[in-house]
Amino acid sequence: MIAMSNQEPSAASVGATLNALGVKQFGLSFIALALILVIVFWLRPNVASYNGLRLLLNLSPVLVFTALAQMFVMTAGDIDLGIGPFVGLVNCIVAGLLNDQPALAILMLAGCAVAYSLMAALIHWRQLPSIVVTLGSSFVWLGLALMVLPLPGGNVPAWLTSFVRLHPPLVPLPIILALVPMVLAHLVLNKMSYGVVLRGIGGSLSAVERAGRSTLKARMTLYALAGVCGLLAGTCLAGVTTTGDANVGRGLTLLSIGAVIIGGGEFVGGIVSPIGTVLGALIMQLSGSLLSFASVAPAWQYSVQGGILLVILALRVVSWRRLRP
Amino acid sequence: MLAERQAGREATSASLLLLRGVSKSFGPVEALKQVDLALDRGEYIGLIGHNGAGKSTLMNILMGVVLPDHGDFTVEGRAVAEPNHPAKAHGLGIRCVFQELSLCPNLSAMENTLVIHPTLGGVGWEKRTRTLITGALVEIFPGNRIDVRRPVSELPIGDRQMIEIARAFTESDTAAKIVILDEPTSSLDSVAAEQLLGYLARAASKGRACILITHKLNEVLNHTQRIVVMKDARVVADVPASGLSRDQLFEMMGAVSRVAATTAATATYQGQRRIELPEKSGAPALHVEAGEIVGLAGLAGHGQKEILRRIYKASRTRKDSGCVVTGAAAYVSGDRQREGIFPLWSIALNITLASIRRLAHAGFIGSAPETQLAESWRQRIAIRSASATQSILALSGGNRQKVLVARAFATDSEIILFDDPTRGVDIGTKRELYDQIRTAAGTGRCFLWYTTENDELFLCDRVYVFHEQKVVDVLNRAELTEERLLRASFVEA
Repeated sequence: MIAMSNQEPSAASVGATLNALGVKQFGLSFIALALILVIVFWLRPNVASYNGLRLLLNLSPVLVFTALAQMFVMTAGDIDLGIGPFVGLVNCIVAGLLNDQPALAILMLAGCAVAYSLMAALIHWRQLPSIVVTLGSSFVWLGLALMVLPLPGGNVPAWLTSFVRLHPPLVPLPIILALVPMVLAHLVLNKMSYGVVLRGIGGSLSAVERAGRSTLKARMTLYALAGVCGLLAGTCLAGVTTTGDANVGRGLTLLSIGAVIIGGGEFVGGIVSPIGTVLGALIMQLSGSLLSFASVAPAWQYSVQGGILLVILALRVVSWRRLRP
Repeated sequence: MLAERQAGREATSASLLLLRGVSKSFGPVEALKQVDLALDRGEYIGLIGHNGAGKSTLMNILMGVVLPDHGDFTVEGRAVAEPNHPAKAHGLGIRCVFQELSLCPNLSAMENTLVIHPTLGGVGWEKRTRTLITGALVEIFPGNRIDVRRPVSELPIGDRQMIEIARAFTESDTAAKIVILDEPTSSLDSVAAEQLLGYLARAASKGRACILITHKLNEVLNHTQRIVVMKDARVVADVPASGLSRDQLFEMMGAVSRVAATTAATATYQGQRRIELPEKSGAPALHVEAGEIVGLAGLAGHGQKEILRRIYKASRTRKDSGCVVTGAAAYVSGDRQREGIFPLWSIALNITLASIRRLAHAGFIGSAPETQLAESWRQRIAIRSASATQSILALSGGNRQKVLVARAFATDSEIILFDDPTRGVDIGTKRELYDQIRTAAGTGRCFLWYTTENDELFLCDRVYVFHEQKVVDVLNRAELTEERLLRASFVEA
C-alpha cells in the first residue's frame, strides 16, 4: 500500500530517516572509520583526548573541503582533476597576498570561484569532457600559483593562524570543521529543493532538460559550490601550515576522488553522499597515521594504504549488490 | 476524402491543439511531411503507424524537444512561437510520457515530480510532492505498492513506467491539458495497462485531451475515440474509432503506394547451408543458404539484433550448440556513430580494419596492399571522395555507411550480417547498396538482413518476422505482402 498516512510506526520512521540520510551509501565508511579510530586509540591511547584528536586531525579540514569540492563536481557526473592545484593556488594567494594586499587577494579569490563556474559553462556549451577541461585548468592553477608565490613561504595573516589554533569547548576544531560542512552540504544537496535538480543532472541530463530546467545553471551552481569549497580548503591549509606552496596540492586530487568514492559516491553522477564524503576524507587522512602508529616502514605505507582502500571499495561493491533488488 | 475531413477539422479554430503543414527532416531523411492534426478538449485519440512512420518526431515537436522545419503549431488558438522549449510546452499544458523513460534514475518518484514542478520547491517540498505523486498514482493505478521515496533505478521497470505516467498527470501551477503517451503499456502488466487505458478515458471525459501512441491495435480500437494513422512521415488517415476493424487499420497502415517495385534478386547460386538455428519452443527454424538474402522483420526491439549478435558470436567461437554457423561472418551496424566508424581514421583504414589479418605478414601490415584493397573497394562501392586517404569525416552519412559495407565486403567472410545498415541513408545511396548486395549474393555470399524498412524486405528471398524475441512467421518472397508483414508484426495475445 502506498504510505500516505502521516502516522507511521516509529521504527519504520527511524529506518526511513536513516534511508533519507543515505545510510546505505555511507554506512560502510562509517564502520571503517570507527574501526580505524579504535585501532589508533588502541595503539596510541593518548590520542583519545581533546588535544590528541586536535593534533591527529590537524590537516583534515583541508581534505574534507577538497573532497566536498570534488563531490559537487562528481554530482554532475563530471570529475575534477584540477582541484588539488586549485587548492594550491588559493593557498599561495592567502599566504602570499592576503596579508599585504588584502583587496587584491580577495578579488583574486573571488575570481577563482567565478572561474570555476565558467569552467562549467565551457563544459556545457562546447560539450567537452570535464576530465579534459579540469586537467587543462590544473596547469593554469599551478602556473598562476607559481606566479603569485614562486618559492614556498609567504606571510599568513595572524587572524587565520589564530583561528586554526582555536580551542572550542568540548569538541576540537577539526571535528567541528568536518561536521559543519557535512551538515551544510547535506542540506544543500539532499534537503533543499534545488538540490534535487543538482543531483538530477548527474542522473539524466536529458530528463532534466525535458522537464524544462536549465542544466547549464545547475552545472554552474555545482561548480561554484566546488570552487567555494576549494577556497575554504586552501585557506585552511594556509592557516595550518602558515606557509604557501604552489605544489602542495599535488596529492590532493586523487585523495579527494578516493574520499568521494569511499563515502558511497559513484562515477556515474548524481549518486553522492555528503556525509559519506566527509567520512571518506577522514578515512583517507587517518589511514596514513594508522600505518605510522603501527610502525609500518614508510616505504610500505603507500602500498598498504592503497590496499586498505581497495578492501573498503571491494566490500562496498559487495554490500551494494546485496542491498539492491 | 481525407483532405476534406481534415479541412473540416481545421475550421474549428477553438481546437485545443492544431498542427498545420508541419514538416521535419533529419539530414536526407524526411521524418514528417506536411502533417496536420487537430485535437479538442475531451478527445482521446490513438496514433498508430509502423516503425519510422514519424510518430516519435511528432511527439518531440509537440514537446518542444525538436523544432519543426516548416508549418505551424497552435495551442488554444495561440501560435506557439519558435523556438519552443520544454518548459514552455509544460506551461502550455502539454505533457509527454516518453518511450525511453525520462525520469532521473538516481532520484525518487517524489524528487522526479519536483523536477517538473519548480513551484513546489521550498521548505516542505517533500510533503507536497509526496501528496501529489501518490495521489496521481492511486488515481491511475489503484492498489499499486510503489515506494515513492526510493530512487527509481531501484524499482522494477513497470513501477518506473507507472511513476512516469502518473507524473505526467500531476498539476501544480499549470494544468495538464494535453497528455501524449508513447507506448505507455509496453512495460506494464495487463492489470496496470487496463487501469491506465480506462483512466485515460476518464481523464478525457473531464476535459483533458489524450494522445495514445501504440503498436497494440486493440488498445486504440477498444479505448480511443478517433484513430490517426501515420505512414511514411505522413498522416494517411484520421477516422473515428467506432466501427473500425483491425483489417481496416492494417489496410490503412499499408495503403500507400510503393516508391518503386524493387526487382527481386534471383538466388541462382546453390551452395551449402551457412546458418542454422533449429526450431525452438514453437518458433520456426531459421536457416540461410549460400547466395541467399534473408530478411529479419517485425517491430523494432523484438529480438532481431539479439539473433544477429548471437550468430556473429557463434561464427567466432563455434561454441553455441543451438546455432550452427559455417563460414566467417562480418557485421555491419546501422548505428555507425556508436558502433561503426573510427572517426579519427582515414577512409582506407576504416575499410581495411576487418581484413588486417589477411594483409599482415609476420605481424606487420604492408602499406601497398592495404591501400590497394581500400582503393579497389572504394571504387567498387562508389564511395564519393577524392581518395581513400581522406578523413572519414569528410564523407556524408550515406557514404560513411558505404564504408562500413565496404569493410564487410573487403573481408573474405561468406556471411554478412546487416543490422539495419541503411538507417538514415538517402534513397540514391540505398539503391546503390541494394545493387551491391545483389551482386555479392550472386557470387555466393549470403546476407542476414535486419531492417526497419519494409521496402527492403522485398529484396529478400525469405523473411522471418519477429515478435517478442521469437520468430512468429516465415514468408517466402512469393507470399510477401505488406499486409502479411504487418499482421505478423502486430500479433496480439
